[in-house]
Amino acid sequence: MSNSDAINGSGNGRVRTMDIVNKGLAKRYKRERRFRMMGLSAIILSLAFLSLLFISIIANGYTAFEQTMIQLDVHLDAQEIDKENLAAANYLGLIRTSLKKTFPDVKKRRDKRKMYNLVSPGASFMLQDFVMRNRHEIGNTITIWVPADDDVDMLMKGNIKRDVPESERRMNDMQLSWVDKLIASGQIKKVFNTTFFTAGDSREPELAGIWGAACGSFYTLIVTLLLSFPIGVAAAVYLEEFAPTNRWTDLIEVNINNLAAVPSIVFGLLGLAVFLNFFELPRSAPLVGGLVLTLMTLPTIIIASRAALKSVPPSIREAALGVGASKTQMVTHHVLPLALPGMLTGTIIGMAQALGETAPLLMIGMVAFIVDIPGGFTDPSTVLPVQIFLWADSPERAFLERTSAAIMILLAFLVTMNAVAVLLRKKFERRW
Amino acid sequence: MKKLLVAATALVFGLGLSNVSGAFAGSSRDYISIVGSSTVYPFATVVAEQFGKSTAFKTPKIESTGSGGGHKLFGAGVGVQHPDITNSSRRIKKSELEKAMKNGVKEIVEVKIGYDGIVVANSKKATAMKLTRKDLFLALAKDVPSGNVAGKTVPNPYKTWKDVNPALPDIKIEVLGPPPTSGTRDAFVELAMEGGAKKFAWIKALKKQDKKAYKALCHTIREDGAYIEAGENDNLIVQKLEANPNALGIFGFSFLDQNTDKVQGSFIDGVQPEFDAIADGSYPVSRPLFFYVKKAHVNTIPGIKEFLAEFTSEQAWGDEGYLTDKGLIPMPADERAKYQAAVKNLTPLTLGDL
Repeated sequence: MSNSDAINGSGNGRVRTMDIVNKGLAKRYKRERRFRMMGLSAIILSLAFLSLLFISIIANGYTAFEQTMIQLDVHLDAQEIDKENLAAANYLGLIRTSLKKTFPDVKKRRDKRKMYNLVSPGASFMLQDFVMRNRHEIGNTITIWVPADDDVDMLMKGNIKRDVPESERRMNDMQLSWVDKLIASGQIKKVFNTTFFTAGDSREPELAGIWGAACGSFYTLIVTLLLSFPIGVAAAVYLEEFAPTNRWTDLIEVNINNLAAVPSIVFGLLGLAVFLNFFELPRSAPLVGGLVLTLMTLPTIIIASRAALKSVPPSIREAALGVGASKTQMVTHHVLPLALPGMLTGTIIGMAQALGETAPLLMIGMVAFIVDIPGGFTDPSTVLPVQIFLWADSPERAFLERTSAAIMILLAFLVTMNAVAVLLRKKFERRW
Repeated sequence: MKKLLVAATALVFGLGLSNVSGAFAGSSRDYISIVGSSTVYPFATVVAEQFGKSTAFKTPKIESTGSGGGHKLFGAGVGVQHPDITNSSRRIKKSELEKAMKNGVKEIVEVKIGYDGIVVANSKKATAMKLTRKDLFLALAKDVPSGNVAGKTVPNPYKTWKDVNPALPDIKIEVLGPPPTSGTRDAFVELAMEGGAKKFAWIKALKKQDKKAYKALCHTIREDGAYIEAGENDNLIVQKLEANPNALGIFGFSFLDQNTDKVQGSFIDGVQPEFDAIADGSYPVSRPLFFYVKKAHVNTIPGIKEFLAEFTSEQAWGDEGYLTDKGLIPMPADERAKYQAAVKNLTPLTLGDL
């Protein structure tokens, strides 16, 4: 009682503090609920946007994982194909002859052109490949599945509507009737789109794939990782463990923090001036892309690494020094291993940031049409986000779904990298 | 841990070495490097792909840098670190050619590849607009002639299409188009706006008296919100038109060709943008597309000759070539023959040609 007396005061005529508290209680609870609701609705709102993003991308893109194929019976005429020089044969002609056989009643020149366009321009190269691998088939009639043209593909996927007037769709009634005939005879089907995962870029949506861009991203990130991790860790260790605190180190610290906030396009301009114009390194190469992205991710890694080093308690250092370790031994034997998980987490997040970057690559020529899969650090190449950008800008309707599909792949990579970072933290993190 | 550090240092040095080897690799490039216009890009890439698949050469690398950026890179000098070909959605400027020659790029071969129409389109949900170039100028210029007094202009007062021309519907002027960095914008301003401005006798006369004032008047687009810069992505403009039936959009013919179910081209001076109308020149807003080749590179970079032959073959740029499938409007046969000859003989461009 003495306690509450002390709080409430002892005079009788005066208002007790408890009453004031009780009077305001409902209001305070209300305020608390409102505050919590605000936080909760912020989260719900961002989740809603996130799911909207995912739903729209997946809804647009999932069809890209399927590709319409058309079955053709091609007679590999022994007179047409010279066994000594397989590349010289007119494979396009063979495909066209086969199409003519499938639709014998197409006579007009204009209509024939439309008929030839039912299959992808890549069909003749597929046939050539087939013949080169199966020389013994020359002279026989073979059955081959070739990719359909992107318009046919869009029709099969329902992206070209059949019920609108003829003038308003890209395929006329005659072309529809051909497709219907193929459907009726089972010569058209949708299969899993392996091309999308194995091919480089192409101007024909049905032949375009992301493997080239994925390889480019891989080489670029390898360069970035190999450079930025050791440099970043070394810089952090020196600043945290060895550097004296004076005006110079303060200046360096401020500058590193500033660099982390510099827009990435600036690093691209720097790369153009230094790596391309001064060192004359090749344009569009993953090597230069990696160098530029290294500059961009270094501040992130240094800041994360310093934070990791700071979280190692001083007692560890003192104990190591106390048993006679040198400063280098203390760092390499004790502090660094304990700080490494935090450093790795920072590095992975920096890498994920680099994976999604396009702006600095614009300046060094990595925004380019590249068909061949890059095979090394100096081959011209592009990266995943640039590929998305290029496809989004293409007029063909079928690139729309491929853009979304490529976004899904990129997001999958990013989610995986971030998940690895979280797992690493969970597994190796030590609390002191 | 020590070993790890040593290994990391070794890797850094290893990469430093590969830097050097990279510079060496650059000194013998085995693929063609192409830069330039984003309008020519869709056509050049198709040819490059065909070329890469049907020959033993590597597929050329094509960067989309815009016409101006392309000429800048192209004219920077001779040598493997500079591009071999630049695409351009306009003819090379005299200043660009002079600069290139100063940098040692003495011989440049000009190749015209065909035409591209610029369309003013709206959603299929609305009726097609029947515009003239004069309407477009009055609707989009920053300053327009006032009354019938020669030389007098006022800031564009027109709010609706009906204000511009009583025959047009009473709809707010809202045009989505490319930003100033775009070659499409340059061509639109030059062909449509300037073409419309010339309908005023005094503006036409102004061209001779004061070229600067004339250009400023014809080429400046209003900035009060009626013209909306929609970025370089033409797909985005198509989507926005679909959502807003009252808006008009400006983009290349190939995007109209691919989206005929969503948008329709407006009549300009009584002609609708269709393949044949652009090809025979009756559609007024069309422009030639070019690419330029560095002659000094033809014998040092493998495949340039063959690439030129592929690009200028009838199966590519002919009346029924594969480029027409992508929306390129072919040149008449005699013009094609002229440029085929230029490519064969590698006739360089001189300052006098411009």
